[in-house]
Amino acid sequence: MELPTQRYRVTRADLVRYAGASGDFNPIHWSESFAAKVGLPGVIAHGMLTMALVGRAVTTWAGRPDAIVEYGVRFTRPVEVPDTEEGTEVEVSAVAKDTDDPGLVRLDLTATCAGVKVLAQAKAVIKRP
Amino acid sequence: MGLDQSFTGRSYPPSAPYQVGREKIREFATAIGAEDAAYHDPEAARALGHPDVIAPPTFPMVLSMATSRQIVEDPALGVDYSRVVHGDQRFAYRRPVTAGDELVCVNSIESINARGGHDFLTTRSEISTSAGEAVVTVWTMFVVRGEEG
Repeated sequence: MELPTQRYRVTRADLVRYAGASGDFNPIHWSESFAAKVGLPGVIAHGMLTMALVGRAVTTWAGRPDAIVEYGVRFTRPVEVPDTEEGTEVEVSAVAKDTDDPGLVRLDLTATCAGVKVLAQAKAVIKRP
Repeated sequence: MGLDQSFTGRSYPPSAPYQVGREKIREFATAIGAEDAAYHDPEAARALGHPDVIAPPTFPMVLSMATSRQIVEDPALGVDYSRVVHGDQRFAYRRPVTAGDELVCVNSIESINARGGHDFLTTRSEISTSAGEAVVTVWTMFVVRGEEG
């Protein structure tokens, strides 16, 4: 069963806020010149911020913030965040599948930014709503 | 030159206890735009059966990322941190992290693989309360990029 797509906007201000809240102050997430020096196209979002946004989608679909049993992703492409008011947008979709356990549902997750997949093997197991 | 695969299975001393604060959870939830009441309001969390506000699912990274530095900065293992990229991330939850928890992280090296000139280092963090209740297991895969050219 396909679940309704969720969309989350990400701006530079979000990256600064996430750096502070998470303690991950790697300058690739806030410094254009540092990002360029290490060969990145520009400032990129924390992979863990992208994973957190996809986690929001998962708990939204689950209908409860405490329903996740397992959650994993592979980071494949960076989410580039331009220095504009609009920033960029991460789109999250999922297909729900039965598991061997009737109380649990598996979600196969897809996260894209500007039409490009940014995660691979993204999966969550949630308690059945 | 790859990482020494004999480090696989090595376990590190437990981290100093981490006090999970209500305001830290709120700050983290706000930073990711998560407005669920149970992240912000103790009453809403209690209505779901938790003793205080609960943390969003990726919150355990706040602890595990900091404490897993004892592995990536282990001089004997010799990871060049400037070449490290976060490859993948996985969590298995017994219950959500909750305000008021005192958490301890025990880190170990789950696997080291070399592929295509890069090293793939997977760490495992067992996060439990200082009283010994298991809360969440966190796996982080670091890619240590090989020298180019």
